[in-house]
Amino acid sequence: MKFSVYRYNPETDSEPYMQMFEIEQRQGMMLRDALLAIQEQDESFTFRHSCGEGVCGSDGVNVNGSNKLACIAPLTELKDPVEVRPFPGRPVIRDLVVDMSQFYAQYNQVDPWLQRKEPLPEQEILQTPEERDQLDGLYECIMCGCCSTACPSFWWNPDKFLGPQALLSACRFLADSRDQAGEERLDKLEGPYKLFRCHTIMSCVEACPKGLNPTKAIGHIKAIMLKEAI
Amino acid sequence: MALEKQRFDTLILGAGGAGLNAALQLANANLKVAVVSKVFPTRSHTVAAQGGVNAALANVLPDNWHWHMFDTVKGSDYLGDQDAIEYMCREAIPTVYELEHNGVPFSRLANGKIYQRAFGGQSQDFGGEQAARTCAAADRTGHAILHTLYQQNIRAKTHFYDEYFAVDLIKDDAGMILGALVLNIATGEPLLIESKTTLLATGGCGQVFRTTSNAHINTGDGMAMVLRADLPLMDMEFFQFHPTGIAGKGMLITEGVRGEGGYLINKDGDRFMEKYAPNAKDLASRDVVARSIVTEVRDGHGCGPEADHVMLKVNHLSEDVIAKRLPGIRESAKIFAGVDPVKDPIPVFPTAHYVMGGIPTDRFGRVMPTADDDGEHLPGLYAAGECACASVHGANRLGGNSLLDILVFGRLAGHNIIDYVKENKAHRPLNEASVEASMARLGRWDAKGDGMTVSQLRNEFRKTMEDHAGVFRVEDMMAEGVEKIKQVREKLNDVRLTDHTRTFNTNRTEALELENLIDVGLAIAVSALHRKESRGAHSRPDYPKRDDAEWMKHTLYWRESDKLDYKGVRVQPLTVESFPPKERVY
Repeated sequence: MKFSVYRYNPETDSEPYMQMFEIEQRQGMMLRDALLAIQEQDESFTFRHSCGEGVCGSDGVNVNGSNKLACIAPLTELKDPVEVRPFPGRPVIRDLVVDMSQFYAQYNQVDPWLQRKEPLPEQEILQTPEERDQLDGLYECIMCGCCSTACPSFWWNPDKFLGPQALLSACRFLADSRDQAGEERLDKLEGPYKLFRCHTIMSCVEACPKGLNPTKAIGHIKAIMLKEAI
Repeated sequence: MALEKQRFDTLILGAGGAGLNAALQLANANLKVAVVSKVFPTRSHTVAAQGGVNAALANVLPDNWHWHMFDTVKGSDYLGDQDAIEYMCREAIPTVYELEHNGVPFSRLANGKIYQRAFGGQSQDFGGEQAARTCAAADRTGHAILHTLYQQNIRAKTHFYDEYFAVDLIKDDAGMILGALVLNIATGEPLLIESKTTLLATGGCGQVFRTTSNAHINTGDGMAMVLRADLPLMDMEFFQFHPTGIAGKGMLITEGVRGEGGYLINKDGDRFMEKYAPNAKDLASRDVVARSIVTEVRDGHGCGPEADHVMLKVNHLSEDVIAKRLPGIRESAKIFAGVDPVKDPIPVFPTAHYVMGGIPTDRFGRVMPTADDDGEHLPGLYAAGECACASVHGANRLGGNSLLDILVFGRLAGHNIIDYVKENKAHRPLNEASVEASMARLGRWDAKGDGMTVSQLRNEFRKTMEDHAGVFRVEDMMAEGVEKIKQVREKLNDVRLTDHTRTFNTNRTEALELENLIDVGLAIAVSALHRKESRGAHSRPDYPKRDDAEWMKHTLYWRESDKLDYKGVRVQPLTVESFPPKERVY
């Protein structure tokens, strides 16, 4: 199977280029296995990866035009030759490794932690199974960045629009029956950019390797805002 | 260029559950704390823990911490230190409540309390009926906990050095640890972090084996740093092989699957665990289940064209239970085994999973540098989590006790560091010689020319470990393994990098990781060769019995001359009667 891989090392390359590799495809191989095989051929080829099972979120890359997690992207589902590039819209550090600091900064913007105002009980804060169900589809995010770096609104305004990942996280806390900072959370999302630059293009939904739906979460936040306004 | 230096009250190496729970205590107490992690914190391997965390909350079935303690001592095959175990099992309860208050999205029972599931080796009333002690967030408990702890650290404004690789501990002539030399992975530049206290929370070393549930990053870095600082590792022969890795691949299928009612079958469809553990069956301790699977396969009862695995049957459970309690497993089985567990059984085989041994600490998380039973701890140096050995897991860890260990001892280390820094306000003078030695070790990788590649030697090493230090171990096989690994250690000198640039050079960090892996692998192999008994995960067909008279003691291994020494098990708990060794049956 043939791979055309994005290469750039700021120390040695004046500009990025695509390099062809060929690897032997084995049964059950994921894209990450192919990238590792490429690395055995050329040790200078660099990408992030760790758990190999789609939970750590390290190895998000752009494959044949779509953002995917390499470790759970089967080669059998990819068109040969496979074009592998870093996430679009992020500064490239080297090869497939991009600078994600803006993405993380936007996550921090939504105060992504549970906030309580009442004193804490001695035991657990009670939550019914139905209340807990509201977190399904929100808490599972692995912060790989596939969604935000696939979002045209985030490409245009990465510093002002929070992006689908951060907004999904905001929704995760708004949806938690234990959280008591809903009003402040909504206030922080006011204005034309942070939330409202989402134009429901839904690239994020297509990109999410965990099957989550940030667009729906953003719609949910807007619905709460509307309800509060009335 | 002059070496850049930074000073902190506390340096934490590692940002998994242990490191982050310690950091949270310290940041809340306004200490100046630096957390160094070679990956962005939520990529740490705590994220992959599935089944849950043990605490005797008694939300589902009757329970108390004393029963939990009994199960843990028995599970450890009586090698665990009973003071540390008592502490952990008592602290489990407030620790889980604190996590919940911090925001962990635990699954819930109809009455609103935290959902708890049955796990292996758990009993009510000191060996009676099955207990349900494992607090779970579906089958993504580690993810839920790690993300919550990271979120709380954002709130507490903890100072993170993300994607910095810890190279070596820096120490002075008195043996005190002064901080660490770390490497900024993105720029390739070294940085010296001086600290009054240092906490090692670097996690496990499963990458020493070829087939493992562990992530690429689990290379035993902290353990190897300790070895290079002339400190010992304890009980490294005890390595847990999780019974149910996806066959041929190694990805974990949680014990929670069996806790929810799944069971193992061989090629004839027999539920073979009934034969090996008549009472607990599929929920016997992990060492027992792993050995049973290997035995079934060796006796020709394996499944598949190569007859090299067994099957984990789940399809008798309702699709609703699987969707609610085991969604991640269903996803993993589909992706990596190509089966939907709702319809077909999952092919499984034991996979290298967890090291019970590690950096010896007392029950306060303080590192213990000697084999002396009444020895003093090394002031200012702490270890917590999988890299440490308190020892709460002894010869075999119970499922659900790993998340518990990292959380309880991470938090405790945090509290003890706060006290230590109150008493010790000044930094000790820097020891330039130690910094130079570490810089020289880094510089060695600048050598050019022909040689083996990192991946060639790594493949050879991991295969050797798998062949010679696996589930069953006999004298000749292990002795040969030790010799081969020593040869691998020699061959390290012949390894050369092809990439000598500085920017995000993973070729270089993987070389440093390989050095760590080999040091830790040798600690495992040498410790294993010398323990002539079967206990917990250390199973020797040539010495099939546990030998309490001779071997109820901890192994200590030093890198220098591959020296071994031993120290006694702490059998006296804090407030209750000691559990004397008994035959261990499930």
